Amino acid sequence: MDPLTPAEITRRAFLGKVSQGLGAVALASLMRPSMLGAAQSRGVLKNLPLPQKAKRVIWLTMAGGPSHLETFDPKPKLAEMDGKPMPESLTKGQQLAQLQGKPLNCFGPQHLFAKFGKSQIEICALLPQIGSVIDDICLIRSMTTDAINHDPAHMFMNTGSQIAGRPSMGAWVTYGLGSESEELPGFVVLTSLGKGGQNQPIAARQWSSGFLPSKFQGVQLRAKGDPVLYLTNPPGISKERQHGDVDAINALNRRRDALTGDPEIATRIAQYEMAFKMQASVPDLMDVSAEGAKTLELYGCQPGDGSFASNCLLARRLAERGVRFIQLYHKDWDHHGGVKEGIAQKAQEIDRACMALITDLKQRGLFDDTLIVWAGEFGRTPMSQGGSGRDHHNKAMSVWMSGAGIKGGIVYGASDDLGYAAVENVTTVHDLHATMLHQLGIQHESFSFKFQGLDAKLSGVEGAKVIKDILA
Amino acid sequence: MKKSLFLCVLTAGVTRAAELPLPAKIEFNRDVRPILSDNCFFCHGNDPKHREAKLRLDVREEAVKSEAFVPGKADASELVKRIFSTDKDEQMPPPDSQKKLTARQREILKKWIAQGAEYQGHWAYENPVKAAVPAGQNGVDVLVQKRLAEIGLKPSAEADRRTLIRRLYTDLIGLPPKPEEVAQFVADQSPDAYAKLVERVLASPHYGERMAIGWLDVVRFADTIGYHSDNPRNVWPYRDWVIKSFNDNKRFDRFTIEQIAGDLMPGANQETRVGSAFNRLLLSTEEGGAQAKDYEVRMLTDRVRAVGAAWMGQTTGCGQCHDHKFDPWTQRDFYSMGAFFADIKEPILGRREDGITVLDAEQEKKLADIGGQLAALQADIVKPHPELAASQAAWEKTALDAIASGSAWQTLKPISATSSKKNLTLKADKDGVVRAAIDGKRDARNQNDGTETYTITAKVVAGVTGFRIEALKEKSAGVGLASNGNFVLSEIAITEGKKSAIQIGHASATFEQTGFAAAAAVDGVADKKDNGWSVLGGTGADQALFLELAEPLDDADAVLTFKLTFARGENHEIASLRLSATTAPKPVRAPNVSLPAKDIVDVLKVAPEKRTAAQKQKLEAAFKQLAPELSDLRAKIANAEKEKADFEKAAPKCIVSIHSDAPRTVRILPRGNWMDESGEVVKAALPHYLPQKKIEGREPTRLDLAEWLVSRDNPLTARTVMNRLWKQFFGTGLSKVLDDLGAQGEPPPNPALLDWLACEFADSGWDVKHMVRVIVTSATYRQISTATKEQLAADPYNRELARQSPFRLDAELVRDNALAISGLLAPKIGGPSAKPYQPEDYWDNLNFPRRIYPADTGEAQYRRGLYTWWQRSFLHPSMVAFDAPSREESCAERNRSNIPQQALVLLNDPTYVEASRTFAARILGECKGDTAARIRWAWQQVLQRDPDAAEQKMIAALLNERLSAYRQEEKSADALLKVGLAPAPAALDKVELAAWTHVARVLLNLHETITRS
Repeated sequence: MDPLTPAEITRRAFLGKVSQGLGAVALASLMRPSMLGAAQSRGVLKNLPLPQKAKRVIWLTMAGGPSHLETFDPKPKLAEMDGKPMPESLTKGQQLAQLQGKPLNCFGPQHLFAKFGKSQIEICALLPQIGSVIDDICLIRSMTTDAINHDPAHMFMNTGSQIAGRPSMGAWVTYGLGSESEELPGFVVLTSLGKGGQNQPIAARQWSSGFLPSKFQGVQLRAKGDPVLYLTNPPGISKERQHGDVDAINALNRRRDALTGDPEIATRIAQYEMAFKMQASVPDLMDVSAEGAKTLELYGCQPGDGSFASNCLLARRLAERGVRFIQLYHKDWDHHGGVKEGIAQKAQEIDRACMALITDLKQRGLFDDTLIVWAGEFGRTPMSQGGSGRDHHNKAMSVWMSGAGIKGGIVYGASDDLGYAAVENVTTVHDLHATMLHQLGIQHESFSFKFQGLDAKLSGVEGAKVIKDILA
Repeated sequence: MKKSLFLCVLTAGVTRAAELPLPAKIEFNRDVRPILSDNCFFCHGNDPKHREAKLRLDVREEAVKSEAFVPGKADASELVKRIFSTDKDEQMPPPDSQKKLTARQREILKKWIAQGAEYQGHWAYENPVKAAVPAGQNGVDVLVQKRLAEIGLKPSAEADRRTLIRRLYTDLIGLPPKPEEVAQFVADQSPDAYAKLVERVLASPHYGERMAIGWLDVVRFADTIGYHSDNPRNVWPYRDWVIKSFNDNKRFDRFTIEQIAGDLMPGANQETRVGSAFNRLLLSTEEGGAQAKDYEVRMLTDRVRAVGAAWMGQTTGCGQCHDHKFDPWTQRDFYSMGAFFADIKEPILGRREDGITVLDAEQEKKLADIGGQLAALQADIVKPHPELAASQAAWEKTALDAIASGSAWQTLKPISATSSKKNLTLKADKDGVVRAAIDGKRDARNQNDGTETYTITAKVVAGVTGFRIEALKEKSAGVGLASNGNFVLSEIAITEGKKSAIQIGHASATFEQTGFAAAAAVDGVADKKDNGWSVLGGTGADQALFLELAEPLDDADAVLTFKLTFARGENHEIASLRLSATTAPKPVRAPNVSLPAKDIVDVLKVAPEKRTAAQKQKLEAAFKQLAPELSDLRAKIANAEKEKADFEKAAPKCIVSIHSDAPRTVRILPRGNWMDESGEVVKAALPHYLPQKKIEGREPTRLDLAEWLVSRDNPLTARTVMNRLWKQFFGTGLSKVLDDLGAQGEPPPNPALLDWLACEFADSGWDVKHMVRVIVTSATYRQISTATKEQLAADPYNRELARQSPFRLDAELVRDNALAISGLLAPKIGGPSAKPYQPEDYWDNLNFPRRIYPADTGEAQYRRGLYTWWQRSFLHPSMVAFDAPSREESCAERNRSNIPQQALVLLNDPTYVEASRTFAARILGECKGDTAARIRWAWQQVLQRDPDAAEQKMIAALLNERLSAYRQEEKSADALLKVGLAPAPAALDKVELAAWTHVARVLLNLHETITRS
């Protein structure tokens, strides 16, 4: 009994930094997930103030900045204006990236659009599979962001701040709600490369836990090598010997615990057990060979091909196993040139996989409590760059959400006739975060962590709003 | 049962504080300010833009004037009414603010107003007052014990000697003591045994390494730029400067000034300049499309935040957009501090420059030697050479003939000139000269290797019989781009349209390096490094290759393509070249002399007797660059120049602060928006709310800022630094919020102690070693770290210091400890950052350029953790697992987590597997006893204690099981023993070694092993 004393809490440097309303029980659950029943949240938020529509999130990050004008935002007017100068009233004094100070001419959409589903929503004709599930999707055409270069824009989309050191949304959510898996991390990240060669770098800070405890950091699952870093036993060490060593370590640690009563020792023992479990559960997770030809065909992937489609399938498997936040990065959307060919290539890579993910979650009964978000870090200019491409753009972009109490088959918000700026129901990244937290049962204004004297929040200090109109 | 008890105890622990009676006398700083700051100042504080109802509660006069309260009359006070109100429209804080006062907090405010609502200046902005300490006593102990007596706690006993020496080694040098050192200390009966030990450890060169870790965190030291491509930059000499500064016990005021203004100090030298690299440690970008003004602001804000965190213990970042809501720090203060750094010369976007060359004494001597040899050789060639008179006269004649026939050559004007590599560009001018320019990144990224091909197209007239390719000595070091001025033309091929290659009948040159004749450029071999035409010994003058065609060209206006291949690498390309064609009848041969440059031709044309002395001298000098008699000497000079250039290139470099007389303009940016230029321009100024430095008749500089930070009048710096130092020795700061001594931080439970340390620090002349000594020799430091039940109940977080605290080693030290025990550790201090084994493809997400990670070999593989290559966007995963920060932002307080990734690292990272097997080899090689003795020996190495009987038994059982298992499968033993680069001693039985590797592995994984207690 002795080790279970109030000193248990001393090891948490963040104690006293947690926001109001978190009781001792919630803290206990954070430290010892197994001590509480599954019915309760395993994070710091014990009693969720809102109904929990989403139990988990699958966030599809289209890294590089997809052009909304060739994917989800049809602009016939822009086609008419092709080659003509952009109206200066729109662009004067505005922030541009590589086009700063260059002539600004309209560049018509490079692909045809078509109407899909009962809702007859118009999206790029190269995305017929997404079109086939469009009635399950809420398309937001009025998203905006603050940043205009890849790195800061990813930081903003992931953490709500352009300054490094803030927790990523996956860390926030796992911190708040804990993980439902005892054998896998609560926040998992997968990346895939595109075939177009515009694979912008992505820093590990994008899935960092920032000032939150490190246990909430995203764990990257890799297609090559160890799926989780250092997961595999050293050469020559069998599973049995590994188990034996872990048992010996834990037995010796238990003796030490009895002597010193240092509560960190009990935690360390639990972590070795968890690590050993992960050594079995992660390979099991990654092994999709039991999925059957039908499923592989649905996603359009081959086991171990490292594709976006493969990662979508893994996302479903992670969702089944209780992982709280699953973030996929698919790269190569940075079409400064050749947007036409680039988008055609990207459509091939993601169209079927996105449809498959929604379909598969539905057929397994997971769709209704899984929130899916599809978003890049910014949109692209209606102006041409170099005659065949588009520059970074933060005044308008398209994102979509699906599942977990989000209305399907609707379009929310609009950009102007040329797709330059969001003009109707303008939304921000903070709004997107607030809405996501809302669906998870979390009140975004009061979900905070004391950092540098401030109640730091994912949804920022500027005032974010839940996008109520898109909630079922 | 266990669960319910746990919860109940926990709840008791949390509610205990609420049951304490209110203090008899409410103290503003301790009791009231934290409540107001957390709940009220956001709307009623320092920031006017956010102020509601024009009420501010942070200034007493204002609050009284607004009738927020009536001092002494709680019941008549609006504030009291509002905080006790249940009416949602009246209630303060308003329900939608998500803030809520506890019952106790309400009572405190009420009582405080009833007692007269006295304010105090914020504790950290008041000058620290030094409590009197009886002579001969340790101030730390006096003040800790005073406080303990007040709250009814007793200090703990002194820890045993083994624990003390382990603690001291970890805290001061970050390495475990050897069993002999422990035994010696345990046996030392002299009264000053501990004091002697402290002095010995303080004098260790590893002390600086240990102390550097925390400082490198707050100044965000890293090897890479951070944003986007996260490319490398040259900064490691700064890390060594930090280590050396601690080892030399450089006074902290000097340490500060060198970092912020090392370039502006009187007597600035290499050392102070390297210190000033601090100003360059921020994040920067090479991303295309980044706007300079955007990043100029990012850099300014980055610097202000870093100075705020490292020295002032102030959270300054909010000032980018608005005044601080809780502290007096304003937006103007923010940009005014940023303006101190506006004079630093630096590229806002793109690659950082190489920086200054940083040499140690040995390297300086070496460079002087090389320079001396070069100077001697140069003197040799410059001196009069009367023996050359005859051959010079002959040359003059030949040269004049060559000039005469030169008119038969027509310069070809290139239609296009392209290179095969992106980092070398060709440009033709109107006179037909094609010049190569190398991208600065080429050498820095070691991309100067492999084959380069120049492709030049030009139109020729009919009847061409030969071509000439001149390599021109223009401004560069030689005719070639290599560091010795040379090039190697591996092959030249000429084609006309799609027709087959034009046959070359003969090749000759004005100069040929031995073994690199002109003919080798037309032998059809284009891909050998050592095959081609080259001119070492003649790199100081124009040289030319003459190609005689097998058949004259008959097409008029043919467009030819000249493909020049350079396969040597290391920049062995021609710097500037010119193509010419001739229609003169065969033979087309090179004159036996290099072609004189135009200015020489002009002199040659003057009749010898009419030449001026200067002209004669010029001619002589030109001839010395050609004379066959001096060919050896010239080659020696070229080699010496190459040696010097190579040395300088390889020498350590560091980006440092360089002052510009034209500083950038700094404006206050409304809402932090860099595109809004309507804000007022500000000059450098110190924060308005702190004591100022007298600066008259001139603009303040970085030097002023630095001196002000470490002046006696600055109440923040000494407290901030001592607070952080305390954490190194007790696990928690005296004020637990290390990066914020402001209103939102924590008033220290023992303010007198922090103040005493701050005063003593300044009084001692900012003597860091003195302060470390004071702390570690205190009885407070030497207490045991296990807690009694009473202590846990009364002080669960050990804030009152009635005991020591156990905590896990920092990431770097986890590594150091394992390497030291295994015997692999390289004890070398300083040097380039090292690359320990890292999982393959861990850098896959990096791009521009794609990165591979070449793990170091030899000694560099076994460096201490603090030398690990610090890649900001993908820090080494073993470091990340143990909470090392990415150092993108200043980090005063690392997390101290306990996560499964730590187990995976210690079990499976090849670094630790290799450490286990080399430690096993030590056990078998160095301890000749039986199994029990060996287990004891191993325990001593790792934990410096004997195993108890149960531990012995457990480990012996494990060992026996492993022995029999590996006897059955020797292949597994082989595989295990191959992990890592260190060879396994052939003399040892591999089954035994593999089995003992498991013993070693278990030991290195123990909680006790990675914990300082």
